Amino acid sequence: MLILECPYCGVTAEETEFHGGGEAHLTRHGPDSSEQDFEDYLFQRENPKGVHFERWRHVNGCGKWLHAARCTLTLEVFGTYNAQTFEPPKHIKDAITAKRPGWTWRTFS
Amino acid sequence: MKRYSVFAIAREAARYHSGWSRAWKSPVPQKKYDVVIIGAGGHGLATAFYLGKNFGITNVAIIEKGWLGGGNTGRNTTIIRSNYLQDPSAAIYEKARSLYETMSQDLNYNVMFSPRGVMMLAQTEHEVRGYKRTAHANALQGVSTEFISADRVKELAPIINISGPRYPVLGALWQERGGTARHDAVAWGYARACSDMGMDILQKCEVTGVRSIGGKVVGVDTTKGAIDCEKLAIVVAGNSGDIARMAGFRLPMESVALQALVSEPIKPALDVVVMANTVHGYMSQSDKGEMVIGGGTDAYNNYTQRGGFHHIEETVRALVETFPMISRLKMLRQWGGIVDVTGDRSPIIGTTPLGNCFINCGWGTGGFKSIPGGGWATAELIAKGTPGPLCAEFGLNRFTEGRFIDESVAAGVAH
Ligand SMILES: Cc1cc2nc3c(=O)[nH]c(=O)nc-3n(C[C@H](O)[C@H](O)[C@H](O)COP(=O)(O)OP(=O)(O)OC[C@H]3O[C@@H](n4cnc5c(N)ncnc54)[C@H](O)[C@@H]3O)c2cc1C
Ligand SMILES: [Zn+2]
Repeated sequence: MLILECPYCGVTAEETEFHGGGEAHLTRHGPDSSEQDFEDYLFQRENPKGVHFERWRHVNGCGKWLHAARCTLTLEVFGTYNAQTFEPPKHIKDAITAKRPGWTWRTFS
Repeated sequence: MKRYSVFAIAREAARYHSGWSRAWKSPVPQKKYDVVIIGAGGHGLATAFYLGKNFGITNVAIIEKGWLGGGNTGRNTTIIRSNYLQDPSAAIYEKARSLYETMSQDLNYNVMFSPRGVMMLAQTEHEVRGYKRTAHANALQGVSTEFISADRVKELAPIINISGPRYPVLGALWQERGGTARHDAVAWGYARACSDMGMDILQKCEVTGVRSIGGKVVGVDTTKGAIDCEKLAIVVAGNSGDIARMAGFRLPMESVALQALVSEPIKPALDVVVMANTVHGYMSQSDKGEMVIGGGTDAYNNYTQRGGFHHIEETVRALVETFPMISRLKMLRQWGGIVDVTGDRSPIIGTTPLGNCFINCGWGTGGFKSIPGGGWATAELIAKGTPGPLCAEFGLNRFTEGRFIDESVAAGVAH
């Protein structure tokens, strides 16, 4: 069972209080984009062995969407953060680097 | 290869079973093969088998990081059915189901195919309508299924509580020719036949890199050294994204955990497979008497072959409601597999950005039933270089072109 902390209401709770929402930081391509870009947005996923950025919703709590950084090989949670952002904040990146030096993700690292 | 038969058993019984030979060889890798298949699960092994049987291609290696059949093929709940909604799905799953009927004879290996019948309970008005629609679609596809009444459900499976308080049973989609088979035996039977054709099954050999020159694969790097090939097939289920990354492309897919569990063995109580998709659980009874139980996937990407315990709880809760008699059963074992889930819940069988590299993946929660059909189609794809009729619709390009084979609404649960 994952333990996640909601960055809005500060509650630390078991995974059953949240609802998984899939990969985070996707570029939302719109109607005029190329087929390739649109496929990218809708279907292509990083699905890495290792560091993963993902969306969760605090459904049985404040109801807000949040982001989490997690390892898919160990299920370790590096941290959670506000969803109103294009990149994880520095302290999350540092927490990941401390444990997984050299990690990268789509457009940032 | 010595044939298995009643005479062989009698002969060996007379000499204390000292004369059985190994079912497959454990060779050292050659430098090069015509075809290298990554993954000795059911689909990889069946692909190799039909390459040999249908196309005479036998200079083949099947490379497996663990032991053959140790991935999802040896972890699933063995439900076999072909009552899918979309035409391309019905075609490939029905081909597979029909190959299961003669598999024991074709492989000279008892895979214990048991066409005991599969019922998918309708427990909401939506499901009643959905399953009636599927039954009509199946009639047009030539797949024999029918929508049956709640009374008939009770007749076929007396231990079902059809008047539960939350979701009373309103009917079911019934496929009489569906059923189960012994999962390990499917992998073992294909492996024995492949080895007999002279193919090399390389176990405990992990692929760590894919080498390509000018858009063509030339070979793979493995923990047992470099192996060259003319053609490469990636058939690694939940690990597909990882191998694709080594080969330089991405997949419209995510890897998540799916779990199953079995109870202590009890006397025969259920001789059909029952799936209850609204409440998320399904159950059948193995020949040993264990209740074999499965449910839904976890919510997050995962490569650990472990799932969250609350999913087991959810599944068991649903099944106790449907089968009150199991409430005091003890559960013996529980395990997980990493399944490869695509956006439209349909598999990917097709070419890749690398010309001589092919892929079979994305079976997600339901690819045991399709092993012979998937192998058949993938062998044709590799041999001819272009997809045949069975897999033409399942290519990667469907995601760019918007031609989905949407089974997510049709099934809605792991199976
Ligand atoms: C709990 C559970 C229940 C299920 N229930 C059903 C069911 O009732 N009916 C049904 O039809 N389907 C069911 N499924 C789905 C089914 O098991 C799979 O779709 C099917 O087995 C996939 O077969 P495969 O050969 O593609 O994959 P696998 O059997 O997983 O084989 C892939 C192989 O590739 C190997 N591999 C991976 N990476 C590498 C590498 N780098 N180098 C070398 N080898 C590698 C793996 O070790 C593995 O052996 C279930 C799955 C699970 C987990
Ligand atoms: Zn909250």
